[in-house]
Amino acid sequence: MNQRPLLGTALLYVFAALIVAVSTYPFLYALATSFKSGTALFGTSLWPSAPTWRNYVALFEGELPFGRHLLNSVIVSTLTVALALLMSLTASYALGRIEFKGKGLLLMTVLAVSMFPQVAVLSGMFELIRALGLYNRAIGLIVPYTVFTLPFTVWILTTFMRQLPIDLEEAAIMDGCGPLRIVFQVFMPLLWPALVSTGLLAFIGAWNEFLYALTFVVEDTERTVPVGISQISGATAYEIPWGSIMAASVIVTLPLLLLVLLFQQKIVSGLTAGAVKG
Amino acid sequence: MRLTCSKIVVGACLSLGAALGAQAATITVACGGTGPDFEFCKRNAEDWAKKSGNTVKLFSQPSSTTDSLALYRQLFAAKSSDIDVIVVDVVWPGVIKDHLLDLKPYSKGTEKDHFPAIVANNTIDGKLLGMPWFTDAGLLFYRKDLLAKYSLKPPGTWDELATQAKKVLDAERAAGKPDFQGLVFQGKAYEGLSCNALEWVYSHGGGTVVDAKGEITINNPGAIKALDAAAAWIGSITPSGVLNYAEEDARGVFQNGNALFMRNWPYAWALAQAADSPIKDKVGVMPLPKGGGAGGQSAATLGGWQLSVSKYSKAPAVAADLVMFMTSEAIEKERAIKGSYNPTRPALYKDRDVLAANPFMGQLFDVFTSAVARPATVTGVKYPEVSQAFWDATHDVLSKKASAADSLARLEGKLKQIKRRGW
Amino acid sequence: MNSRTRTAWLFLAPMLVGLVVVAAWPLARSIWFSFTDTSINDIAGGKFVGLDNYIGEYGLFLNPNYTLGFWASDWGIAIRNTFKFAIVSVALETLAGLGVAMLLNQDFRGRAFVRTAVLVPWAIPTVVSAKMWGWMLHDQFGVINQMLLDAGLIAHKIAWTANPDYALWTVVAVDVWKTTPFMALLILAALQTLPGDCYEAARVDGVHPLRVFFKVTLPLIKHPLLIAVVFRLLDALRIFDLIYVLTSNSSSTISMSGFVRREMVDNGNMGYGSAASTSLFLMILASVLLFLRVARVRLSEHAR
Repeated sequence: MNQRPLLGTALLYVFAALIVAVSTYPFLYALATSFKSGTALFGTSLWPSAPTWRNYVALFEGELPFGRHLLNSVIVSTLTVALALLMSLTASYALGRIEFKGKGLLLMTVLAVSMFPQVAVLSGMFELIRALGLYNRAIGLIVPYTVFTLPFTVWILTTFMRQLPIDLEEAAIMDGCGPLRIVFQVFMPLLWPALVSTGLLAFIGAWNEFLYALTFVVEDTERTVPVGISQISGATAYEIPWGSIMAASVIVTLPLLLLVLLFQQKIVSGLTAGAVKG
Repeated sequence: MRLTCSKIVVGACLSLGAALGAQAATITVACGGTGPDFEFCKRNAEDWAKKSGNTVKLFSQPSSTTDSLALYRQLFAAKSSDIDVIVVDVVWPGVIKDHLLDLKPYSKGTEKDHFPAIVANNTIDGKLLGMPWFTDAGLLFYRKDLLAKYSLKPPGTWDELATQAKKVLDAERAAGKPDFQGLVFQGKAYEGLSCNALEWVYSHGGGTVVDAKGEITINNPGAIKALDAAAAWIGSITPSGVLNYAEEDARGVFQNGNALFMRNWPYAWALAQAADSPIKDKVGVMPLPKGGGAGGQSAATLGGWQLSVSKYSKAPAVAADLVMFMTSEAIEKERAIKGSYNPTRPALYKDRDVLAANPFMGQLFDVFTSAVARPATVTGVKYPEVSQAFWDATHDVLSKKASAADSLARLEGKLKQIKRRGW
Repeated sequence: MNSRTRTAWLFLAPMLVGLVVVAAWPLARSIWFSFTDTSINDIAGGKFVGLDNYIGEYGLFLNPNYTLGFWASDWGIAIRNTFKFAIVSVALETLAGLGVAMLLNQDFRGRAFVRTAVLVPWAIPTVVSAKMWGWMLHDQFGVINQMLLDAGLIAHKIAWTANPDYALWTVVAVDVWKTTPFMALLILAALQTLPGDCYEAARVDGVHPLRVFFKVTLPLIKHPLLIAVVFRLLDALRIFDLIYVLTSNSSSTISMSGFVRREMVDNGNMGYGSAASTSLFLMILASVLLFLRVARVRLSEHAR
């Protein structure tokens, strides 16, 4: 490990602290708000003077099956990402490492799919989902989510696939590996940073999606978290229940952060795995 | 003896049960997005279910009414029978008229017990598309303690209001309250602004944007005067942040004691009088001021909600029965007393119990009967576009991007385009 | 077709089939609607109207009713707002993301924690973070105004989201806060995938770190970086949520996506709205192609 000048280290830590502060301040604000209630919500102070768990309790005891919403979100997001990554892994091998006619056009077409505004495909998607019999079921949301997740995962994985050194592949072929083995046994370990980053970002995207979740699922027990949060309502038609909404947001964000912490390692590991050297 | 009696009773119950079971239906009701709305509706719906032997399922709609309408329209487009009974905003019947059931055969004339203006609003092409459920009208809230402190009487015209607001604002700010505002209202570019703007325009004798015959009347001197007056408030007695205020933002400022006047819906009263409210017992409510000059009158935009049955419901008669139950006198009275929902039946405004719980409702009876309706009925399906053009034009004037004269002239052109050959 | 090409198409098959199943019908329908006068009130009853939604008296472009000129019309303003927003925010996010990624690439104590903290803005649901920022930026109760006032940086409270002069830039700021983690994570992955020998060589040679960055690092991550920028650009040009929740949503701050939603969902004009969304799609396509051309990214490059 190289020697870093002291000034450099100090600056590093200052910079890091700044980034953490800016990134998390609004979240901390949300956290603090989730412990306030009543008129205290309109105050500008950061810390609650009389903290209460009421907002959290109300979430799970209220009319809305918030726990169920969480479960639905987990299932839908996980499946969407898993399917997308699987399909993209093989596709990216073809697009990243094999020359064939029409590759450029194909890549652009895949990209073009995600150039449509979400709201534009709402009607057509509604018809498709009903035709597939997936209306009003959380699982049905995988269909529209895939439309926007797949191009992203394909492109990012293709980009990373391209960067992998060719000698590795040649060595594997000489060893008698078929393309499937190359993808899953030789390349995949090296692609962990890309897989995890893409997977995380795609997961968060699917987790936070609102428009389709609102329109295609009407049954309360099948709803996902963003719609659940939007349904949290206050004492009147116009009142925005900040306390409850913040409590819900905290609960909803924590699993994502946990995921990141869990997969931290994978983002770091990669080429240090010795396979490339020599 | 008893055994025989109970046998008869059991026998009767069984046969009754069989008879009811034959026509028992499950009705899905979407009756509110918010906590108390939902609770009330749920209780009443379940009472009805028990009485009538049907089952009721509750659908919790999004808390944003725009999202709700969009969702319903999507469901109607798919002719979905997922939801049988829905709560309909006062401006929606014209928009979704093709998808609602005519309730006349089921109401048996009970609609004449409700405010005629609301019933007329809900009747399109001779069909009664919604039963009035509760009503709303724009009101002026004011700090009576501050008016007393500066020896002022509640304002009769908008000009008086502006002068009073400026006087109190200057004094309060000098006395150490730098955030004090004179007037707050809903100035964000959304339906609420259309409500506010309609009040200003109508109170200056400027009409209702589109008149009952479908003529576009917005480009007139009264309307221009009204909008120019409102634009002058921004920056002097109203903070420029009002351009992004919805109901709760305005209420927040007023509730914190930082405003002299607030235009809002009646719901703000209960919250102003809440136990932890800084302005408890310091608030007065009155009809909105008149515009100056001839033709000036006090105007309040008609709000409120109705109950309708979807045309695609699988059990329309049963659903209609639920609607009639919920809008019956007993239920409206209970809602008025327990939840401060303004009834749509004039008789209830003289009811002793209702007035005891909400003294407010008796004083404002005239406001509710004379409330101004937005041109939703006449513009029908195109109302959302009309309203959006209107609030955009108003927002431009308020944010000083255009003069009222220019903006309204442009609005007239736009409305003509929207109208095309007819509403 | 040689065996390599056959393998390629075989490997592509799952993805292609998946994409066709989920995307073909909705997209085709949307484009079809743009040539009709469909209204949400009666979806089956739309009549074919050719290019009427695009051009002409009731169209988006070349409309004689735009008395103050195209760029002063709702659609023209929407286009301007969207591009202004997209270009500035993507540029800022890329720079910030680069900085953050470089930081996270270093080895230091607490790195795991910082990496998790950095992702927080992206992880919070948009419906919530937009409302949160709206609350913090509130002109009367907002904590931001309070802090700036206390620090003496402003004389009186500013209406960040209501004032038409500040509104768009406020949205840019919030978007940069929200989306920098996205760029940072992708760039970090690229940095982590780089072979370490180049750095070793440069360090041994005593090259200044800045030169290392510009001459070694940047060119090596150029490709993934540009692809990340492309995706950000795609998303930025379709921006809707933030503007909808944060600003007053009048015609002067509306984005193209907001315009589409307003027409399709609020006004129920599916034909007109679909024409707007198809136009948006074409503009995005053109922008991306232009960007790729300018950045000299070739899609059919061999693996190195």
